[in-house]
Amino acid sequence: MTKSKKSKTIKVDYLARVEGEGALYIRYDDSGVQDVQLKIFEPPRFFEAFLRGRDYMEAPDITARICGICPVAYQMSALHAMEDALGLTPTPELRALRRLIYCGEWIESHVLHIYMLHAPDFLGYDSAVDMARDHPRVVQEGLQIKKTGNAIVNLLGGREVHPINVRVGGFYRIPTLEELHKLGEELLTARGLAEQMVRWAASLPFPKFERSDGDKYEFVALTHPGEYPMNEGRITSTCGLDISAREYDRHFREEHVPHTNALHSLLRERGPYMVGPMARYNLNAEHLSATAKKVAREVGFPTFCNNPFQSIVVRSIEVLHAFDEAIEIINQYRAPQAPYMPSTAQAGTGYAATEAPRGLLYHRYSLDEDGKITDAKIVPPTSQNQKTIEDDLRIMLPKYLHLPEDKLQAQCEQAIRNYDPCISCATHFLKIHLDRNGRDNP
Amino acid sequence: MDKAKLAVWKFASCDGCQLSLLDCEDELLQLADTVDIAYFKEASSREAEGPYDLSLVEGSITTAADRDRIREVRRQSRNLITIGACATAGGIQALRNFADVEEFTAVVYAEPQYIATLGTSTPISAHVSVDFELQGCPINKRQLLEVISAFLHRRPPQIPSHSVCIECKLRGNVCVWVAHGTPCMGPVTHAGCGAICPTYNRGCYGCYGPKENPNTGSLSHWWQRELGAEEATVVENLRNFNAGAPAFERESRRWTDRQSREGGHDKE
Repeated sequence: MTKSKKSKTIKVDYLARVEGEGALYIRYDDSGVQDVQLKIFEPPRFFEAFLRGRDYMEAPDITARICGICPVAYQMSALHAMEDALGLTPTPELRALRRLIYCGEWIESHVLHIYMLHAPDFLGYDSAVDMARDHPRVVQEGLQIKKTGNAIVNLLGGREVHPINVRVGGFYRIPTLEELHKLGEELLTARGLAEQMVRWAASLPFPKFERSDGDKYEFVALTHPGEYPMNEGRITSTCGLDISAREYDRHFREEHVPHTNALHSLLRERGPYMVGPMARYNLNAEHLSATAKKVAREVGFPTFCNNPFQSIVVRSIEVLHAFDEAIEIINQYRAPQAPYMPSTAQAGTGYAATEAPRGLLYHRYSLDEDGKITDAKIVPPTSQNQKTIEDDLRIMLPKYLHLPEDKLQAQCEQAIRNYDPCISCATHFLKIHLDRNGRDNP
Repeated sequence: MDKAKLAVWKFASCDGCQLSLLDCEDELLQLADTVDIAYFKEASSREAEGPYDLSLVEGSITTAADRDRIREVRRQSRNLITIGACATAGGIQALRNFADVEEFTAVVYAEPQYIATLGTSTPISAHVSVDFELQGCPINKRQLLEVISAFLHRRPPQIPSHSVCIECKLRGNVCVWVAHGTPCMGPVTHAGCGAICPTYNRGCYGCYGPKENPNTGSLSHWWQRELGAEEATVVENLRNFNAGAPAFERESRRWTDRQSREGGHDKE
């Protein structure tokens, strides 16, 4: 421990406007930032342990409960991993419907983050409810866009939180044409609002933030040859990674880091990396819908985004894309021959990664011959981003150390919220033990 | 008159039940006009001090620190309502109650010695008195608004405690059990979801927990004897999101105890 200079700390005991329970601890002095710890005190829930012995058909229902904000992401990764283990390939018609429900989740989750969790930072409010007093139309329109995303999840999934309708091989019930057309009309109305949202998000005041050459982000996201990635693709990065989900464990590792006692996910070759909307956008912007590309261009947004504070714009562009994609799926809809493809239990191991709203979500399951799960591994986006979030704070802080402490703290919190961290998702995150060096501890 | 102060608290959970409040897109701003949202970490940086008129509690108790924290929440709250299966029955994480939590920890974490957790996941009512329990995994947001409104107006909430079967009949569904032989938890499960699973052609998996006075013994007997469900399936359905609810826990233990007894006979 350094004794020389006056050491100061920033402590945020309970981060607001993130999903789940987390804390922040930063120690700094005149010579710079000494320690940054994003601490997660979400109690462990042991999903990977109690999945063992459960039937493969239960995985989508159970893993949905990891996160109330992005249950569809868990269901999709679990389904694909199980189908990989069982050698089942859903028909293009079923695949399109899965993409449709995922569009719904992207919309509702992104819009929740944009308006209710993140925008108040840029405009200086404690919450969206406070913001609504001065900007009623903005917040009301946001809620309306969000509601349309929920309408998609409701129709395809049965309800917006923890949908019940997806199953290994397809769906329990497929929507009728009338239901889809009615949904399509709602989507057309809200798409106009989504366009406005992109323009509004792009007009927010962004702190300048650049990483220097030695500190550049490595962005990791799925890449698909013909579409903006969502349900499938290869795992790629801006530093040349290009692998299948099957190879994930060979390139990524999880570390139980002593100073936070929480698992960090790292690229074996290079270390920290970033997943999420910015990574998807930077690797796949060419596959955005024509409208999303056009509006992004009109607001002068670059095709490669390096400022994490602008992730709110990328999210809004992705929402617009999700509207276009959902409308396209409904317009092109051909009913599947059957709601699902039957499956039979067999032994095997399955791997899958999909793009949760917050980024890459990896699942791996081993099954015995009765279809019971013998081993499960789930790596959520937030655990993959955790190290990069800490690095952002470390790099950003020296520029802001002159600020009064409350402003400095607000700046740090905003930087964390750039990532829309979903702490309940991070099944690995755990209660932190007290630091034994005698320092304060969050 | 001062507005009633509303607080939202989280313990071990997925955040889905408090999200149900933010999913009230049509009512949220009106609600915020009616009550003072004094503490709601997921939605606001502002923290107004207690006491609170109404506390909504999501999540189960799984750590010693949370066991202390819920007592403090109770002390600060005139009315305390638990929302969701975690807060009312221990949630899916109560599966540890049937297992060895040290073994669980070793499976999930590289450094198990860092983990501070209790061997059980218990509902809020196991630790403090609770004024109302709203069941569901997740809760139904219409029911949540009804409960909030009822407490603000000091009247009893109109939340039916009958089974999912009644909701199915109200929706005009064909019974998936009778017509298709699909095992369904509907007869013993608390209403509130609107019978969505049977509406979507699948059996209810009991995410709303036990209804009032459920006959779980009869249900599991029928599942096995008449529908041909395997014993493991019966136990899996009792042991999911409401595994710690007494009616489901008792019945699942009856099955596993019998399995272990019969396993003993096989060896003889």
